[in-house]
Amino acid sequence: MSGRASTPSQEAPLQWRTATELARGLEARELSARDITAAIIEQSNAVEPVVRAYLKSTHERALESAVAADERWSRDTTLSSHDGVPLAYKDIFVTRGVATTCGSRILESWIPPYDATVVSRCEGAGLTSLGKLNLDEFAMGSSTENSAFGPSRNPWNTDCVPGGSSGGAAALVAAGGVPWAWGTDTGGSVRQPASLCGIVGVKPTYGRVSRYGLIAFASSLDQAGPMARSVEDAAALLQMAAGHDPMDATSIPREVPDYLEGIDEGISGMRIGIVKEFEGGGTQPGVRSKVEDAYRRLEKLGASLEEISLPSFEHGISAYYLIAPAEASSNLARYDGVRYGYRQADAADIVAMSSRTRAEGFGDEVKRRVMLGTYALSAGYYEAYYGKAQKVRTLIIEDLERAYSSVDLIVSPTSPTTAFKLGERTSNPLEMYLSDIFTVPVNLAGNAAISVPCGLSLDDGLPVGLQLIAPALDEKTMFRAAYAFEKDLGWAGTAESRPPL
Amino acid sequence: MSGRYETTVGLEIHVELATRSKMFCGCRVAFAGAPNSRVCPVCLGFPGTLPVANEKAVEHTLRIGLALGCDIAEHCLFHRKNYFYPDMPKNYQISQYDSPLCLRGHLDIPSKTGSKSIGITRVHIEEDTGKSQHVGGDGRIASSEYSLEDFNRAGTPLVEIVTEPDIESGEEATTFVTELRALLEALGVSDVRMDEGSLRVDANISVRRAGEIEHGTKVEVKNMNSIRSVGRALAFEEERQRRALDEGSPLVQETRHFDEKSGATSSMRSKEHAFDYRYFPEPDLVPLEPSAHWVADIQKTLPELPPERRQRFVSEYGLTPIDVGVLTASSSTAAWFEDAARAYAGDPKKIVNWIIADLFGLLNVAGIELSACRIAPPQLAALVTMVDAGTISGTQAKVVLAEMFRSGSPPREIVRAKGMEQVSDKGAIEAFIDEAIAENPDVADKVRGGNPGPLGFLVGQVMRKMNGQANPKVVNEILHAKLLS
Ligand SMILES: [Zn+2]
Repeated sequence: MSGRASTPSQEAPLQWRTATELARGLEARELSARDITAAIIEQSNAVEPVVRAYLKSTHERALESAVAADERWSRDTTLSSHDGVPLAYKDIFVTRGVATTCGSRILESWIPPYDATVVSRCEGAGLTSLGKLNLDEFAMGSSTENSAFGPSRNPWNTDCVPGGSSGGAAALVAAGGVPWAWGTDTGGSVRQPASLCGIVGVKPTYGRVSRYGLIAFASSLDQAGPMARSVEDAAALLQMAAGHDPMDATSIPREVPDYLEGIDEGISGMRIGIVKEFEGGGTQPGVRSKVEDAYRRLEKLGASLEEISLPSFEHGISAYYLIAPAEASSNLARYDGVRYGYRQADAADIVAMSSRTRAEGFGDEVKRRVMLGTYALSAGYYEAYYGKAQKVRTLIIEDLERAYSSVDLIVSPTSPTTAFKLGERTSNPLEMYLSDIFTVPVNLAGNAAISVPCGLSLDDGLPVGLQLIAPALDEKTMFRAAYAFEKDLGWAGTAESRPPL
Repeated sequence: MSGRYETTVGLEIHVELATRSKMFCGCRVAFAGAPNSRVCPVCLGFPGTLPVANEKAVEHTLRIGLALGCDIAEHCLFHRKNYFYPDMPKNYQISQYDSPLCLRGHLDIPSKTGSKSIGITRVHIEEDTGKSQHVGGDGRIASSEYSLEDFNRAGTPLVEIVTEPDIESGEEATTFVTELRALLEALGVSDVRMDEGSLRVDANISVRRAGEIEHGTKVEVKNMNSIRSVGRALAFEEERQRRALDEGSPLVQETRHFDEKSGATSSMRSKEHAFDYRYFPEPDLVPLEPSAHWVADIQKTLPELPPERRQRFVSEYGLTPIDVGVLTASSSTAAWFEDAARAYAGDPKKIVNWIIADLFGLLNVAGIELSACRIAPPQLAALVTMVDAGTISGTQAKVVLAEMFRSGSPPREIVRAKGMEQVSDKGAIEAFIDEAIAENPDVADKVRGGNPGPLGFLVGQVMRKMNGQANPKVVNEILHAKLLS
């Protein structure tokens, strides 16, 4: 592929190499998929007691698949350039024959009979799955503390959360337990944990990646996204799964460009907007200082920065917490104990069976949002809540369209804070909701965005992420800018980017 | 009595579309079958699955909307109707709410004054539920020991047709359903079997004193499983509500269940606690935007519809409105008649009489539809032609028809096998007549003397000699010529 740049860290231990580097080693027949997988499994096992990323490991199966991949490499019948590279999935992706819980007791016993489209496409490319990773129950949360199976930990400081809801995936990728993973992002669930764990996280344009087999939280906002230790890996993983899927009516039937082609062309002349309304916004000084450094770096690389106004963004969180719970209240109605998952079998009749199944199967945050959403859709309240939230959504889309007439990208911090302590925000859901203040408007508008590491905060030594927001379907520009920034910063791939576990 | 009250009826009709696959997944659509044998993760509402709209179902709905003269929406939405019930896999039904595909149509039905137009409020698409079987108790969920769920039907495409409250009696409702059923059958969009549930009718009925402006208290009637039940249930309700008004006893807005055996309705639930279905636009589907080109193509391929066909049957075959009504109640009957009439050189009314008077009787006894009958339409034409030619008598033809119905054999074969062919050859008959005259000279003399009374005796003698195969008309003619001229 022309213009593909390389990161010369071939000497790094296998678990710290990027998927692209591993693929190159396989192609050169210098590495075997089995050795790669074994080394990464070893690292996974070493960090797991501390980060608690897994809900279900499939290491044995991964080793068997790695042997099969090596066979293909030896016969030149590989399935893709990454054949035999391991990956992992947030446990919201449905996997045939492998327990899929979505972090909930209500699905604890469920073994799916089918694969998500993302899973079948990655399997088709020969990627081998190490397992299913922790998340906030039904992706509702920003810390993994809402997982029914206990929280994951931030490898940078194990007293801290890894962010969420794709926190298990962020923690494992950051800790070298897997080179890359699939998460999902409904209001920031890929970007915020990526930011808090010092890795790259992408929220693609709504409809770019099929949602088939992705357990629904809020259907109009959910989008699968790659999490990796380099922009190049994130782009390559997105490339594998992006594109129209006849099983998802909302997937976009448009050709997927080559995300790696021209990724190293730089950002000279690029116009980048800074959102006036995001100033302040409760951003920690340590985060602010790192992000402002990042803005200067973008300018140094040839971009021109200008302030833009997106007045509707201040209503983003309010609109999000009406639309997402409304859709969730309906999406989660199917968990009633009738067909699959947990059933409270002692109940006397169907109504008692379903209500007790749900009372015992769902955690507090899920119940809170189902009730919020039920209320928002109720007769007499619909217009005031759900209807109005949809209008805010339209305004956000219009504001962004206007902004993109004068800029190519928009930048902001990904999260107003670095990783917070476990338990710090569990008693105050509203404070937890504000973790997503910079990410939520992107989901409401359906645009693409990426969180890319800016290094560590000088206040607490924890990672800070920079968010780059692109127009819908312009992932290519977004990757190009993130790549240029990552390369110039020179942090990713170095020993400094590896958490001191 | 009827002059003192006015009845207002509106119907909600659910039609299962005869598509190959379900509304939102690839499972086959069929009736019955082993429980849960036609299901997949999508129609079972498994986590992570998504619906994809069946284009054929949309096309069928457009066909219905166009045939009913509806406006077709250029942009419409699917909505989720949220409520919990174990036969509904997702605990919401994908339906259409305030943005249906077809709006404002009408269906013209035969009436005493010729024709009456019944307004169609809307036609929309939705998905069917599964089927519950409540075991133990009285068969309802509350008293049962346990319930079984069969999801074969879940996700079958359904069309809901809602009428304006333009129907004024149970009888008119019956006519409307009959006409709509014929229309749907002609369009080829559904099996329209009320007994199998592919056509389901619910009614809203209210009665008020003549001249009052406000409608009476509206009662919804459910569980009418045949066209006849629609008439019976609504007649019962009309009477019940009139009596209540007479007695001054209050009527409540409620849903009532029709019982086939007793012919009565009984209260199911009061409408006071209306459900809140929390409708909202289905985020898993994109808006439905049928192109003008597509709609025009469907319009062009609409078949001849029953009202047009009725007019043509009157003008082309000279049939009476009553006969036409019977023949066009089902498009397969109409087509059967036309196939027979085309194969017949004589007056098509004769074919109609044979169908209505004789063939329908055989079908009734056998309990089958005309479409399942073993007689091919041209064979009926052949039978009637044999009667016309005098090859067999009308009475013999009925026997032959019954045999055709049983075996499916052509009439000529049956006539030959039974030795039924009439002898019309004058020479052959004359020999037997001369024999009969010679054997009965007294009788012959009486006739010659101007008394035609005993002529019948001589005819009978000839017939006996010829084993009943003589054409009685020819026998009569020859005897007349020999003895009376
Ligand atoms: Zn199905």
